[in-house]
Amino acid sequence: MKFLTKTRRLNRSLGGDIFLFSILLIFGFFSAYPLIMTASNAFKPLDELFLFPPRLLPRNLTLENFRDLSELIGNSWVPFSRYFFNTILITSIGTIGHVIIASMAAFPLAKYKFPGRAIFFTLVVYSLMFAPQVTATPNYIIISGIGLIDTPSAIILPAIASSLGLYLMKQFMSQIPDELIESAKIDGASEYRIFFQIVMPLVKPAWLTLIILLFQRLWTTDGGNFIFSEELKPVSYALRQIAQGTIERAGTIAAVAFIMMIVPVTFFILSQSKVVETFSHSGMK
Amino acid sequence: MESNVNATPILSKKELLWKNIKKSKHYYVLMAPYAILFLTFTIVPVIMSLGISFSYFNLLEPPRFIGLDNYIKLFLEDDVFIIALRNTLILAVVTGPVSYLMAFVFAWLINELGPKLRSFLTLVFYAPSISGNAFLMWLLIFSGDVHGYANAFLIRYGFIDNPLQWLKDPDYMLLVIIIVQLWLSLGVSFLAFIAGLQSVDRTLYEAGAVDGIKNRWQELWFITLPSMKPQLMFGAVMQITTSLAIAAVSMQLVGFPSVQYAGHTIVTHLIDFGTVRYDLGYASAIATVLFLIMISTNLIVRQVLRKVGN
Repeated sequence: MKFLTKTRRLNRSLGGDIFLFSILLIFGFFSAYPLIMTASNAFKPLDELFLFPPRLLPRNLTLENFRDLSELIGNSWVPFSRYFFNTILITSIGTIGHVIIASMAAFPLAKYKFPGRAIFFTLVVYSLMFAPQVTATPNYIIISGIGLIDTPSAIILPAIASSLGLYLMKQFMSQIPDELIESAKIDGASEYRIFFQIVMPLVKPAWLTLIILLFQRLWTTDGGNFIFSEELKPVSYALRQIAQGTIERAGTIAAVAFIMMIVPVTFFILSQSKVVETFSHSGMK
Repeated sequence: MESNVNATPILSKKELLWKNIKKSKHYYVLMAPYAILFLTFTIVPVIMSLGISFSYFNLLEPPRFIGLDNYIKLFLEDDVFIIALRNTLILAVVTGPVSYLMAFVFAWLINELGPKLRSFLTLVFYAPSISGNAFLMWLLIFSGDVHGYANAFLIRYGFIDNPLQWLKDPDYMLLVIIIVQLWLSLGVSFLAFIAGLQSVDRTLYEAGAVDGIKNRWQELWFITLPSMKPQLMFGAVMQITTSLAIAAVSMQLVGFPSVQYAGHTIVTHLIDFGTVRYDLGYASAIATVLFLIMISTNLIVRQVLRKVGN
C-alpha cells in the first residue's frame, strides 16, 4: 500500500498540487452551490429567501414550504397519492424491464458470434450519436398507431429500449471470462440458465448503473405529449403545476426541487462505487 | 463439423448462413424483446422521419408528398430556423469541447485524491446532472430584479448600477444557457473518465518515470491519455450528442419562445413545429437535418480522436 502511494506521488510538485486543487475547490463550489441553495431554500422562511448575501444555511429552520406544498397538494383535484403511484409505476416497471430486457440482449452480443450481431451492435452505437428528440415526431405517430397514447406504456416501452443501457451492459459483460460460460455449457446448462444463473449475478454493478440512468429519466418524466388524463399524470407534472408561478412561490418551488433531487442523488450515493466500476468498461473503439 | 456423406461436401454460402442462424436461435430469442422495442422506437422512427420530411402531414389528413419543399422552406424562407441553427452551433461549439475538457480535467484531479475525498467530489460534480429540475435554482440566481443573486452580487460590488435582465435580454441569454448547461454537463462521460483513470495500469507510471518522464503533464500526455482512449471516445460521443440537443434548459430558463428567439435552438424549433403547430412534415425535416448534423459531427470527431496519439 505504502509503495503504491509513493509511486503515485511520483512526478508531483507542490506548486502544481496547490494550483490544481484550488481549481478543483473553486469549481466544486460552483457545482455544489445551486444544489446546496436548493436544499437550504427548501427549509427557509420566505423573508430569508431574498436576503443578500444569500445564506448557505437557513437561520430559522422551517418546514413552512413543505406545509404550503402539502396544502396545495390537498387542494388538487386528483388525490396526490395517485400522482405518486403513477410515477412509481412508470419508474419501477421501466427500470426493471430495462435491466432484464437490455441484459438479455447484451449477453449474446457480448459473448457469442452469430449472423447479424455486428450490424445490430453497430446500429446501437450509432443510436448513441443522436439525441432522442430526433425521433420524437415519428415516435408519437407510432405510439398513437399502436394505441398506447394516454397509457403508462407510452413512456415505459421507449425507455426500456434505451440504447445507452444496452451498450454499457454489453461492454460490462464482455469481461466475463469465456471459460466460466464454457464450463457451464459442458455441465449441460442451457443458454437461458447460463444467462439467468451465471451471467446476471456477475453483472450486478451494471444493473445499478442501468437503474440509475433510467431512474432519473423516468422519475422526472412529466408524461409529455403522451399522457393526457389527469389521473394518469406523473408526480413531476403535478409538482410543476404547483410550482408554476412567480417569485412568491420560490419557497414551494425549492421544496419541490428538493424532493425531486434527493431521491436520485441518494440512490447514487448508495451505489456510486458499483456505478463507477461499470463505466471502466464503457470504452469505445 | 458434421460429416454427412449424402450432403454436398461444401455448403453454399446461403446454406452456411442458414445453418448458422438456426444454431444461434437461442441468441435471437434472448435478443428479441429488446430488438423489437429498439427497432420500433429508434430505427423505424429515423427512417419514418426521413420519409415524412418530404410530405405535408398534420396527423388529421393523410400525408401529401411535396418533394423538397420542407427543406427549401427551412433553409431559404425560415429566418427563425437560421437563428436556431446559429444558436445551436454556438452552444455546441462552446459547451461541447468545454464540458468534455471539464469532465476530463476534474476526473483527472479527483483521481489524485484519497478514496473518501474522491467519492465525495465525484458526487459533487456528478449530482447536478441527476438532480431533476434543480437547475431551476438558476432562475433565482439569474432573476432579472435586484433580488436575483447574480444581480445583487454585481450591484453590491459596484460592477453594475441597474439589474441586468439575464433571462430576457438577448445579449445575455446564450451566456446564461451556456453556464447552466455546463453545470449540468458532467454526466456519464465524467463517470467514464473517473473509471478509466482508475483502471490505468499503475506499473506504466513507474516504467515511465524510469524512462525519463519528469512531471505530471508529461505523464498525462504520454501515459494516461493513450491508455484511456476507449473511454475518451465514449465520452466524446456523449458530450457531442448532448451539446447539440440543448433545449430543456433554454425553454425553462429563457422561455419558449424566447425574446427575439435569442435562446431558440434546433430542438426547440422542432418541438415548436412538432408538438405546438402539428406540422409534422416540417418538424421531420428539422429532425432529419439535426440527425445529419449529429451523426456527421460524431463521425468526424471520432476520426480525429482516433488519430491522436497514433
